[in-house]
Amino acid sequence: MSTTTMTAPADKKSHSLALKAGVVLVGVHIAIGLLTLVWLPYDPTAMAGGRLEGPSLLHWLGTDRLGRDLFTQMMIGSRIALIVGVGAVTIGAVIGVTLGLLAAFASKWLDDALAATLDILIAFPTLLIAMLVVAASDTANLWSAIFALGIALSAIVARLTRILAKRVLVMDYITAARTSGSGWPKIVAIHILPNIWPTLSVNFALQFGLAVIAEASLSYLGLGAPPPNASWGRILQEAQGTVYTAPLGAIAPGIALVSLAIGVNLLADGLRDTIDPTRRAR
Amino acid sequence: MTALLSLENLSVHAGSKALVSNLSFSLNRGERLGLIGESGSGKSLTSLAATGLLPAGLSASGSAILAGKQVIGAPDRELNQLRGTAVAIVFQEPLTALDPLMRVGKQVAEPLARRAKRDGTPLSGTALDQAVLALFDEVALPEPQRIAKSYPHELSGGQRQRIAIAMALACKPDLLIADEPTTALDVTTQAEILGLLDRLVRERNMALLFISHDLPVVANTVERVVVLRQGETVEAGNVAEVFGNPRHDYTKSLLAAARRLDDAMEGRV
Ligand SMILES: Nc1ncnc2c1ncn2[C@@H]1O[C@H](COP(=O)(O)OP(=O)(O)OP(=O)(O)O)[C@@H](O)[C@H]1O
Ligand SMILES: [Mg+2]
Repeated sequence: MSTTTMTAPADKKSHSLALKAGVVLVGVHIAIGLLTLVWLPYDPTAMAGGRLEGPSLLHWLGTDRLGRDLFTQMMIGSRIALIVGVGAVTIGAVIGVTLGLLAAFASKWLDDALAATLDILIAFPTLLIAMLVVAASDTANLWSAIFALGIALSAIVARLTRILAKRVLVMDYITAARTSGSGWPKIVAIHILPNIWPTLSVNFALQFGLAVIAEASLSYLGLGAPPPNASWGRILQEAQGTVYTAPLGAIAPGIALVSLAIGVNLLADGLRDTIDPTRRAR
Repeated sequence: MTALLSLENLSVHAGSKALVSNLSFSLNRGERLGLIGESGSGKSLTSLAATGLLPAGLSASGSAILAGKQVIGAPDRELNQLRGTAVAIVFQEPLTALDPLMRVGKQVAEPLARRAKRDGTPLSGTALDQAVLALFDEVALPEPQRIAKSYPHELSGGQRQRIAIAMALACKPDLLIADEPTTALDVTTQAEILGLLDRLVRERNMALLFISHDLPVVANTVERVVVLRQGETVEAGNVAEVFGNPRHDYTKSLLAAARRLDDAMEGRV
């Protein structure tokens, strides 16, 4: 006991520091995203100043080539990124966890078939699958992008869930629960899901980052949310022609993307350490 | 009186390979039977087959009648009713037999609540908590209040095994299967756990199927033994007969090995 507490503080400190950084980064994006629902500095679609103005007190990040306020668009970008991340991960998690559990419990041939299908799906880049799904739906909008990304992510989640669940399934405590007369639904709810959750949740954070970046890529390619939805990817795409005269238009979306992705990962890592009692004690 | 567990020509196969062959024995209420044999001889598979819990890929044939019901070929739902009522198992490695992410009090409460519900006297809330603490008391766990709130990794090996035993007792089984319950423990703790099992089986008048490769332990715990080798029954009978006058070379070699170990231990101490 005493020896573990001796080594714990340094570790704990760095963990809680990471958690705090994650909370701050994600918190800022959430705060901005919520703020856009009630207030924006400028009308995002109207000319708010001169073209390609540099940063000033009136326009913190300057204006784009149509004279629109860049900071206003970046704020809306936060909201869109959060919606995309949460939406895609939720869809991916629900479909993926369900499929993964089914595969883990399925008879051998069905499991093999599912596993092979998932491997093939995963071999395609997430973005490519998302592009195909978006292309297949006739109207490109924010929701078709989210749905497409969710489908693409679900394959990754399913494969991970299957492996994790299989690993838990062979543990003695599952056999012990069965010898005491527990049925499968109950065992899934109280033993399997809690035991795969710490690893899954960290993976969800990773997927969140992937989804946000993939949506930016879709938007960059013109397959994402159409105007006036200022996705970070579209801001980047519109700024690329003027990147030497007004570099902020390209730099700002990049920084925003990275900060949100890192923030979510730090948050998930820190949260896992507080959820998992075997880690908490160490 | 009908037997609690009666195996007749029970065999377990992995594909065409026989892992347990034509095993027969029966066990009545209050009786204690030892299943011995070296590692890999099929002891654990026998207990899993008898409870219908063989892992996928293994199949059982022959007959295994548990509390009057044929286990071989029975649907899982029917077996589920038997498990946790007629029979419970204590496993070898108490750390892996407990869910690492669930407080042990809750882990014991789970089968306790299920058994109470099956008996038509549902337990919940404080009554359930009290029943858990009473069980902890019965398995002689110190500071039951604190331990109930602990996670498995916060307990000692002996404490974990007591929790596992409490979980088995929570099922109020007629038959307790103990699969090498002391192998993972040090000698002093071993003796304590064996004493505890002995007392509980006596007090609750349970039948005990005791699986072990530790002959001295078996000799002190059970009345009859079945000796397994590569899934085949080599010898069976009363402990005194089998150990006092072993007929089969394999049993002799097991006994000789146990004696050598004993001598070595005494020589060292
Ligand atoms: N799922 C499985 N598939 C194939 N073979 C298996 C499987 N499980 C066990 N076996 C084999 O069955 C044999 C008996 O295994 P079992 O676990 O019953 O041994 P045991 O007598 O309990 O040994 P120990 O004392 O080491 O616990 C072993 O040779 C083992 O390799
Ligand atoms: Mg075994």
